[in-house]
Amino acid sequence: MNDFTKYLAGRVTAGGMNRREFIGRAMAAGLTLTAAGNLFATSAAAQTPKKGGTLKLGLEGGAATDSIDPAKATSQVMFAAVRSWGDTLVETHPQTRAPMPSLAESWAPSADAKTWTFKIRKGVQFHDGKEMTTDDVVATLKRHSDSKTESGAAGVMKSITSIENKGGDLVVTLDSGNADLPAIFTDYHLVIQPNGGIDKPTAGVGTGPYKVKSFEPGVRMTFEKNPNDWRSDRGYVDSVEIITMNDATARIAALSSGQVQFINRVDPKTVPLLTRAPTVQLLTTSGGGHYVFIMHCDKAPFDNNDLRMALKYAIDREEMVKRILGGYGKVGNDFPINDTYALFPEGIEQRSYDPDKAAFHYKKSGHSGSVLLRTSEVAFPGAVDASVLFQQSAKKAGIDIEIKREPGDGYWSNVWNVQPFSASYWGSRATQDQFYSGAYLSTADWNDTRFKNETFDKLLISARGELDEKKRKDMYREMAMLVRDEGGTILPMFNDFVNAGTKKLMGYVSDIGNDMSNGYVASRVWFDA
Amino acid sequence: MSNSTEAGGTPARSQRERFPLLTLIFERFLLSLVLLFAVSVLIFAGVEALPGDFASTYLGQSATPETIANIRAELGLDRPVVTRYFDWLGGVVQGDFGTSWASRNSVSEQVGKRLGNSLFLAGFAAIIAVPLAICLGMLSVHFRDRMPDKIINVISLAAISLPEFFIGYLLILYFAVNFGIATFPATVYEGMGFLERIQTIALPTATLVLVVLAHMMRMTRAAILSVMSSAYMETAELKGLSSWRAIVKHAAPNALAPIINVVALNLAYLVVGVVVVEVVFVYPGMGQYMVDAVTVRDMPVVQACGLIFAAVYILLNMLADILAIVANPRLRHPR
Repeated sequence: MNDFTKYLAGRVTAGGMNRREFIGRAMAAGLTLTAAGNLFATSAAAQTPKKGGTLKLGLEGGAATDSIDPAKATSQVMFAAVRSWGDTLVETHPQTRAPMPSLAESWAPSADAKTWTFKIRKGVQFHDGKEMTTDDVVATLKRHSDSKTESGAAGVMKSITSIENKGGDLVVTLDSGNADLPAIFTDYHLVIQPNGGIDKPTAGVGTGPYKVKSFEPGVRMTFEKNPNDWRSDRGYVDSVEIITMNDATARIAALSSGQVQFINRVDPKTVPLLTRAPTVQLLTTSGGGHYVFIMHCDKAPFDNNDLRMALKYAIDREEMVKRILGGYGKVGNDFPINDTYALFPEGIEQRSYDPDKAAFHYKKSGHSGSVLLRTSEVAFPGAVDASVLFQQSAKKAGIDIEIKREPGDGYWSNVWNVQPFSASYWGSRATQDQFYSGAYLSTADWNDTRFKNETFDKLLISARGELDEKKRKDMYREMAMLVRDEGGTILPMFNDFVNAGTKKLMGYVSDIGNDMSNGYVASRVWFDA
Repeated sequence: MSNSTEAGGTPARSQRERFPLLTLIFERFLLSLVLLFAVSVLIFAGVEALPGDFASTYLGQSATPETIANIRAELGLDRPVVTRYFDWLGGVVQGDFGTSWASRNSVSEQVGKRLGNSLFLAGFAAIIAVPLAICLGMLSVHFRDRMPDKIINVISLAAISLPEFFIGYLLILYFAVNFGIATFPATVYEGMGFLERIQTIALPTATLVLVVLAHMMRMTRAAILSVMSSAYMETAELKGLSSWRAIVKHAAPNALAPIINVVALNLAYLVVGVVVVEVVFVYPGMGQYMVDAVTVRDMPVVQACGLIFAAVYILLNMLADILAIVANPRLRHPR
């Protein structure tokens, strides 16, 4: 953020500039639309924080099977919880996603970006009073990546070949050069625990601003302020309560009656009704999360690129954003990177709904009969409706899509990544490399489009170790074009995170990293007296 | 069964005839054990038949083949089905329900808490609903075919026709959001005082009462009405007994058997079948707990919940049968 945009942000905080003026001038200064929108939201809330109060969060996504062990954290509730009681080595900047020091003070790569040295912060205490050492860091990272690991972070740690403590510094060696290694350590599973959490993975002891007081999985989790917090610019409320509320109506009722001060996963359809309540404010963030329809490029009939192109032209993206997201999102261009990522390739032509081109490609592919699309409500909110819309817009191009609604139970084991044409969602990752390596590299576990392109793989590996920004940006541009024109991903929309809070909730930061202010909502907000 | 006669006295009777109640309880108890065993086999087979196992479902999208294999190895999920079942059974007969695969906590501890919550809510709803239903039933017999009877019938039919989540949402909207006099959400947690708990569960209790009231009330009314046409009721009326006294003291006791059965059925529903109410009011009961466990195929938890639900039904049915015998003097003192 340069000085000019800082000045604009200051004007907003002082109350002297409205949203339209700010975004116009910020974009003229070079910020992307998304970053400008998010920066406005943050600045408008920036005042002096007041300490005190109890924050109650009513969150969707908890279950009686949740565990405090960060290795097993998958649900939204445990995501927010782990961000409150633990810290990772690196954090991401809320607007630019650039890596920022957290428990690691600084880092430096070797010339080939294969070996990285991290200086670990000293004088940080765990909740039980013990001091955090580099050995704790090494033990934690090893627990999430060794051969016996059961962690949800194992996938992102795959490229690491050794983790060592060399003279108090953390030294990490990779199997190939990676200019973005620090970004990997922002993964929410990788909070540093005493001795890696090997003895007591579910103790919930970390270095974060809040200490775990009680935990009833799928029901309620309470925290109290950590008086020994190594940072003073966070954790303003005295205590936090996370209540699991999986029913959308219950969340809205609880927020409207003031029983909780923040809720997540607000259904776009109910937004107009919710914002009518005088005590409620909407908190939206644009991020990199998106919804997709994925085809297996190595299975007939989707191994024919003309059929894939036909389906890509047969989807009405604007309509999807309007109807499925209620306008809270942006159209996608069939590759998974949007302007919230560093080195985003600008100026790629936006593909739009074109029934003629779709019919042309369909005819050229020589495919006859219907195409079977598998979908379910758990693929993404509104997935079934979206599939029906897709079916209708494809019909106008002469393509017959048959929809099979699969049961939600078992969808992620038996349909996604198994069947050749299905609906799914993706969250965002810290860097383009992380995303492409996890889902588009030909050998990736989560390559749900079976995209096996040698040129793409070569570009990905060279871009990873490339330290020249301009060269890197060009490589990522070429990769995006390959995915867009030859891949199996139909990406109609990027979804905004739609949350809501009471009007007395201040300091909410629109963090593009992930939902709920990248999970840091509890430590960033305070109450207006 | 001995049929030998003794000179000059009543014939000796078998154990079954002399202690009908005790024999019944004993036989039922044995049958229950067999039933519970069968239930455990069915649940185990059912969960196994579902696609995926705990290892592949727990980490969801974040799973890699290595983590899935590691989890399987740690929990012994790669062993054959029969081995795993008998392993679990062996633990259960010694009183050890195992540890939850998801949270690594003791199952009995976790289930105990949630069961306690469910029983608390069901108990309160029952204490209010059962006497109310029987009284309203007797009232509607007393005023049969007149205004009060018609009103009671219409309101109770409406309550039972509306889905329980709809009733729940209506109550939340009016009493919690608009008037602000009721507590929402109804989440109870450890350390809450007794009075605070009662206040918190006011809305879900009201919902459950409305849901089960109609069934019990209408059965009470029907059972008593069918008795009203018998000869002795006509005698009572001719003898000048007040209508109310005749109903309560003479008709109702004879109509008890079907009423008891309906009450037992509804009590079992209150414990076992209220997942929807739990979700709407965010109440931490057994229903939601079991659903969450089935979703990730957490077998020890699913088995424990299944057995408890089956035991609740069996126990309530047994109680209903016993009470039906106790309420009938002819069965109580057989000659």
